[in-house]
Amino acid sequence: MSENVNPTPSRDVTAAGTHGTVTHPDRFTDPGVPEHNPRLTDRDPKAAKRAERTVVLLFGVSILGSIATLVAYFLVRPDGTTEGVRLSNVLLGTAMAISLLAIGIAAVHWAKTLMSDRDYIEERHESRSSDEVRAVAAAGFKDGYEDSGLARRGVLKGAVFSALGLVALPIAVPLVSSVGGDWNVGKFRHTMWRSGMRLAYDPTGRPIKAADLTVGSVAHVIPDVPAEERETHEWITEKSKAVVLLVRLNPEDLKADQSPEGETWSYDGIVAYSKICTHVGCPVALYEQQTHHLLCPCHQSTFDMADGAKVVFGPANRPLPQLPITVDDEGYLVAQSDFKEPVGPSYWERLK
Amino acid sequence: MSTTINSPAEPTTPAGKAADFLDQRTKIGVLTKQLVRKVFPDHWSFMLGEIALFSFVVLLLTGFFLTMFFEPSMELTEYHGEHPAQLHGQLMSVAFASTVEMSWEVRGGLLMRQMHHWAALVFLASMVVHMMRVFFTGAFRKPRELNWLVGTSLLILGLGAGFTGYSLPDDVLSGNGLRITDGVVKSIPVIGSYMSYFIFGGEFPGEHIIPRLFTLHILLIPALILALIGVHLFLMVLNKHTQYPGGGRTDKNVVGVPAVPVFATKMVGNFFIIFGVLALMGGTMAINNVWNYGPYDPSLVSAGAQPDWYMLFLEGSLRLMPGQGTEWVIAGYTLSLNVLIPAVVIPGMLFTFLFVYPFLEAKVTGDHREHHVLDRPRNRPVRTALGVAFLTAFIILAVAGSNDLLATHFVMSLNAITWALRILFFVGPVLAFWITKRICLGLQRKDRELVLHGHETGRIVRFANGEYIEVHRPVDEQERWLRVNYEAYRPLEIAPATDARGVRRKGYRSDRRWQRISRFFYEDRVEPVTPAELAAAHAHGEHDEIEAQRGTPELVSGSASGEREH
Repeated sequence: MSENVNPTPSRDVTAAGTHGTVTHPDRFTDPGVPEHNPRLTDRDPKAAKRAERTVVLLFGVSILGSIATLVAYFLVRPDGTTEGVRLSNVLLGTAMAISLLAIGIAAVHWAKTLMSDRDYIEERHESRSSDEVRAVAAAGFKDGYEDSGLARRGVLKGAVFSALGLVALPIAVPLVSSVGGDWNVGKFRHTMWRSGMRLAYDPTGRPIKAADLTVGSVAHVIPDVPAEERETHEWITEKSKAVVLLVRLNPEDLKADQSPEGETWSYDGIVAYSKICTHVGCPVALYEQQTHHLLCPCHQSTFDMADGAKVVFGPANRPLPQLPITVDDEGYLVAQSDFKEPVGPSYWERLK
Repeated sequence: MSTTINSPAEPTTPAGKAADFLDQRTKIGVLTKQLVRKVFPDHWSFMLGEIALFSFVVLLLTGFFLTMFFEPSMELTEYHGEHPAQLHGQLMSVAFASTVEMSWEVRGGLLMRQMHHWAALVFLASMVVHMMRVFFTGAFRKPRELNWLVGTSLLILGLGAGFTGYSLPDDVLSGNGLRITDGVVKSIPVIGSYMSYFIFGGEFPGEHIIPRLFTLHILLIPALILALIGVHLFLMVLNKHTQYPGGGRTDKNVVGVPAVPVFATKMVGNFFIIFGVLALMGGTMAINNVWNYGPYDPSLVSAGAQPDWYMLFLEGSLRLMPGQGTEWVIAGYTLSLNVLIPAVVIPGMLFTFLFVYPFLEAKVTGDHREHHVLDRPRNRPVRTALGVAFLTAFIILAVAGSNDLLATHFVMSLNAITWALRILFFVGPVLAFWITKRICLGLQRKDRELVLHGHETGRIVRFANGEYIEVHRPVDEQERWLRVNYEAYRPLEIAPATDARGVRRKGYRSDRRWQRISRFFYEDRVEPVTPAELAAAHAHGEHDEIEAQRGTPELVSGSASGEREH
């Protein structure tokens, strides 16, 4: 900001033009710090007075802003309604902003117009310490090492380092080990679905009858468990794995599902797939009826529900695992078993 | 200034007495003597780091307020508040309920929350922009490599602070963010599943994650950030600030304004302006209204979900990676490259580049000197181009993180956008590199042109012999110095493969490799104008100066024929 351009052109140019045979230096020479260019407030006392008044006025505005903030705080209480909360927030924020901004602008204006803007020059020194200082420091370490006697006492040296090395473990082991719970990563393999467990609507928990589903309809499904069980932590963790998306397709449209030879995992065009994306685990929730495509809103992996939930686009690699379903005696949809493979994102020992 | 050290006068004023009290116990006079009139170069771009610092201060102030009301518990509770109506009677975690209550029932609570969130976004943005300034001007060179490492670590900690804070309200949006994190962690070979257990204390989401993130967010990460800010500023004072090139600015001095009063006043003013702007944002711009998303439910997700801006590049990276054929099973173990590459390898490459760049550049430049005068970005074409290339990749990934919004806003095919961005991710940075490098070289040539021939004035004159010329105004010596005062580094020169007796030299191959990289950096270069070149240019373009010097109309032919042409 203080880089003032010297207004008078250099005289070198004429000199260079007139005698071309003179030998020239390799580099130009530094012209030095440009001379100080006085500002309007430096030259004109009236302008300086004006700037001073502006600064004073701004500090005054800040005082008013602070008072306004307090008034807003005490008089405009959020009454709990959207409008009330919004009004209180806008008044508080704006008044506070005025009180703060005015001080900031005043300070900067003051510094730019009224404080001296002359450049000062300070010497720099090399960052490194001198050789003498280094020598003294190195000698200090050497003397200290000798004073400690470690060089002569090899066993002591070994004992010190062994003890210090080992003492990290009593701290680190509990710190790491206890934090991971029971470390039973085998839980990734299973969900709470069991043979005969009814499929229920999420979040109401009402069991689903096959007859209730029209062709093209889609249902977000949870396992049918008692309502009080659904108000626990364990439920949230189980639900994170167990959620299912169910679609009723026209049986002719159903090209394939994941049933192995000799088994039927679908029921009359109704297919149920894990809702947990095989990419990184978002709930796959956007179903497009026309194309039978299921889209994950997080990273846009797209699965074809009419074709074994195969990946048709996006970063997912594997199809969504299918939940084998059938109906019970009362016509309710039930699971034949748990999923036959781990749901959700891939992990190292998934196939082990 | 006029007090003498030899005759210690008894202090009389209260301030003097306090100073005396303090100094008798701490020798603080020595420190103050050095700092009070310490010279700081003045430039708007030196303020960017200050913005980061001050938004961090705002984060501490507003964050303290929030901790007074936030309860980091995943206990389930029924929401009893009347407002907002849609939450009444819903089952949710205490963390979510307390977030809503502090926004709706605590006076100033919503303002503090919104200011805190905005300050976090500004904190990270200003860190990134500050880092760009440091990178493009070469402020990371010796002796400031260490401070560059500290700064990069601060950026990573800032990302960690943002991520842990974002997840605390336990709403649907941040819960899905955590779930994505879990999926990414699980993709890490061998230890992924166990790391997931380590983070969540069991299976996702469990009941520990919010209290754990809270402790990281309000204790560990801010403590580390504060400590590193201390180191960052200490090194800045120790090394003294860099300065832009110009007359009188050398590697042996620092030219600028004294700390007291000018620099300090501007700095305090800047603090209040940042604070004020954040208050205005918090007061007028709604952000993260978690009650609209609802409490976390593992089966819910909203379309068009976006992370905060600093996570967009990771999100975009995950979105761009094609899934087909990128999950490998090796001896029965699953290697999910479709997650590992975008979410671990790509950010790993970015931060590795940032950490090693100062050392890489010093090595290929063969440069061991201290640098305190900054580079003009054009004078280091390859560095500038590399920086722009990385930024381009970053921006393309961030755009990819919004590909669904692009598709819905511009009614385009999501798949087409994704494919275009996949290709652009590889092509864009290369193009950006090439274009930037060309622009830099062009600007350097322009500098030469200006130094040799001066600025065009637009004034055309005709000589008596009928020759037309355009008058050029020569650059003054300050401007000339700015445009010639740089070094055009050359590629490394290495000793030959064999010595005088024809014996193969050890280390030749490694030298060769470094030379190749060095060529990439410095093969194309534009040398600054030398005084001899300037003299030569003037020898054949003599009319210009005569005209410009005298500025008299004697060489201009009469007004009848020699008017300006357009």
